Amino acid sequence: MHEPVIPAASDPMTAPAVEAAGIHKRFGRTHALRGVDLSLQPAQCLGLVGRNGAGKSTLVSILSGIYPPDAGQVRLDGQPAPSLGDIAAWRGRIATVFQHSMVVPGLTVAENVFLGRQPRRAGIVDWRRMRQQTRKVMADWGFDVNADTACGNLTVEQRQVVEITRALAAGTRCLLLDEPTAALERGAMQRLFERIRQLQAQGVAILYISHHLEEVFEICSDVAVLRDGAMVLTAPLPQVTKDDLVTAMVGQENFSTERSVAPAPARREPAGATAASAGPDLVVEGVTFASPGVFLGNVSLTIHGGERVGVTGLRGSGATTLARIVAGAAAADVGQVRLCFPGQGDRVLRPGDRAGALRAGIGYIPEDRQADGFVPLLGAAENITMTITDRIARSGFVGPRRREARAAPLARRLSLVSAGLGQPVRELSGGNQQKVTVARALASEPVLIVAITPTRGVDVASKELLLSELDRITSQTGASLLLASDELDDLAICDRVVVFVRGEIFTEFTEPPFDREALIAAAEGLGAT
Amino acid sequence: MSETKDNMAALAADVESALERKRSKSAAAISWIREAALLPVLAVLIVVGALLNPHFLTVSNFTGLGQQISSLGVVVVGESLILLIGGMDLSLESIYGLAPMVAAWLIVPAASFGSGMMVSPYLGILVLLAVGVAVGLVNGLLIVKGRLNGFIVTLGMTILLAGIQDGIVKGQSPFNLPPEFSYLGSAYWGKIPVSLVVTAAIFVVTGLFLRYHRTGRAIYAIGGNREAARAAGIKVNRVRIGVYVAGGLLAAIGGWMEAGRVSSVAASQGYGEGIIFAVFAAAVIGGVSLQGGKGNMVGAASGVVLLGVVQNILFLENAPNYWIDAIDGAVILLALILARVIGGEASAE
Repeated sequence: MHEPVIPAASDPMTAPAVEAAGIHKRFGRTHALRGVDLSLQPAQCLGLVGRNGAGKSTLVSILSGIYPPDAGQVRLDGQPAPSLGDIAAWRGRIATVFQHSMVVPGLTVAENVFLGRQPRRAGIVDWRRMRQQTRKVMADWGFDVNADTACGNLTVEQRQVVEITRALAAGTRCLLLDEPTAALERGAMQRLFERIRQLQAQGVAILYISHHLEEVFEICSDVAVLRDGAMVLTAPLPQVTKDDLVTAMVGQENFSTERSVAPAPARREPAGATAASAGPDLVVEGVTFASPGVFLGNVSLTIHGGERVGVTGLRGSGATTLARIVAGAAAADVGQVRLCFPGQGDRVLRPGDRAGALRAGIGYIPEDRQADGFVPLLGAAENITMTITDRIARSGFVGPRRREARAAPLARRLSLVSAGLGQPVRELSGGNQQKVTVARALASEPVLIVAITPTRGVDVASKELLLSELDRITSQTGASLLLASDELDDLAICDRVVVFVRGEIFTEFTEPPFDREALIAAAEGLGAT
Repeated sequence: MSETKDNMAALAADVESALERKRSKSAAAISWIREAALLPVLAVLIVVGALLNPHFLTVSNFTGLGQQISSLGVVVVGESLILLIGGMDLSLESIYGLAPMVAAWLIVPAASFGSGMMVSPYLGILVLLAVGVAVGLVNGLLIVKGRLNGFIVTLGMTILLAGIQDGIVKGQSPFNLPPEFSYLGSAYWGKIPVSLVVTAAIFVVTGLFLRYHRTGRAIYAIGGNREAARAAGIKVNRVRIGVYVAGGLLAAIGGWMEAGRVSSVAASQGYGEGIIFAVFAAAVIGGVSLQGGKGNMVGAASGVVLLGVVQNILFLENAPNYWIDAIDGAVILLALILARVIGGEASAE
């Protein structure tokens, strides 16, 4: 075992910003990390990739002092890591910017930057110095956010800048960025990359954690791959290809990126061919909706039975909101959503009535799985069958066994990994939580599936699985699909993609192999057809 | 060849699923131990009680104790339901006082501080239940439909109802309740108090309902993550209002038992005695989370029994009157700490 003896060569100038050696961590039965080594040099941007459940989050937590390792040692700037309770010492050395914003919305930017360590004079918070120092740090690093604005009024991108500023103001020269682009649109993403390059040029060490391999190739100088709690590959980036990375992430199973998510052309004869057996048409008519940040103006859209329609656009373009309105998760101010059953007449959906929409046959995969996707304390089976308790209960009563019997086939089909279907969903990894959310929507055997960014935060292999399941289920059951996403990979399973710009339908792509460039341009409101 | 391979794969899958079943079974066993975390504490208390006083371990003491804690127990069931759904209802203590007060006021003669209307005891019971339901409904509508803060709504309701309770009888305590009305709180079946049997039944039925009925499961889902429950098509608002109504009804039944036990309705019953503190203490000691979505009837029942046994020991030992509250508070804190230590995260979140 490594004794925490400081070796002679611990010059902070040459020592790695972070060095982890032989890290082991267990959670009960799960051996989350099995002897992980990692070294991050100043001015290095190291990409950390791995599938859901590979141990990325655990490693990040250990490197940022949230958990102690069971065995092994973490050294920061050549020094042994501070004790776990000494949070201030950790924050001065290494800081994590999490996927979910950690700023307090009610406080100003300056207060958030100096949260918990406000400059004081005679024991009283020195507001003037706090603002000055915030402006100075922002100016030093070329950031541009007003120190006096309340953080609640900032965009997601600006909040991220506040978090990075907070770390830099505390003297940290080592940043862990956990899925930093998850909530950013494209322009903001490019600006983030600019900032990362700039930080790197000034000697800041960055650990960049992402599911998006393109981003890793774009911004990182080196890459490290975690699989099942072990570091299976560490290499400078120009030396490995995307296929190498995917192989390392997935293991030796015969996985190839050639197996594209887009269905084979032969099977792709949707609306027309399946229309006979297909379910109802969805008709959205003159829907108008206004709330802070989102606006929909008189939108009409028809999805024929069995048709798979993607809606996309920038944040605030209304694509996601339209999907929520159809699912009954939001209520339109004006307009109508109805299902037209062939030969049986129309069924008008009551605005904002999720239960009614479910009864009418609309399954729903919500955007934010943490907020809307599952009940963390309840088991996987119970969450999956939550949409169908009325069907599986006998005079209102339903036991765990019947729930699990109904949930098991879906769990198997989506390769849900859990220690039994009774395991509380909060104990599952992010990707598996998303599978529960998807299974919950599929359990009700919907005639229309409304899916919003169904693969966000899911690793490459699970993403392919989820998309091919959505594809397969819609083509087998004749269910229609309304898929809101800004990822081309998601949209590839659609027959038609509708692009929203500022609350209105801007254009439509009807020829399946969709062109990435054209879609992006359309979302930005360019290249009208 | 490939057949053998398939067989092997099938076998491996079987083994895996068998292992998983075993794992989830042992996980279930662990969670059951957590639920029963208070049992060792109770056992210690009973031993202590037996050593301190020879009357403690007698049938008459236990039946008396059972009758005393029954009324509290019923209210704890109601409050637990509301806590499970992620709410909070302070007004249960006032319903516990007002509902039997209105009934008694209607039933007993003016000489016993009634209204002089002398309505039938059975009608009185109906009125009592209706008061519980009505107050619960108003609470539910204000909180769920009116989107008002549950704490403040029920705080206001508590004071309002307690004021009405005092007002209709001008601070007096109607007595001489007819036997039909007192039956639930005072009668015995053999050596067992009726109220204890009814309360136990309410616990069991509610426990089974929570565990196996789809509305019971919806209560956990709503308490655990209201938005996820809504997205899954659960009629969140309807269930929430229903739970407030159930809470009001149970509080009224609890008050009815208490009134029957002492054969009068004290002007201070409920709010004046501050029973809501005991109600919350029992629920939380029993592992019902104040954040909602977590807890069960086994825990809530053991919380009630624990509080009752402590009271009983203090009473038998003639604990100095002025110190009883202090001792009570200390016991509540101690029980919470013990439950936390034994039960892990039982009441942490």
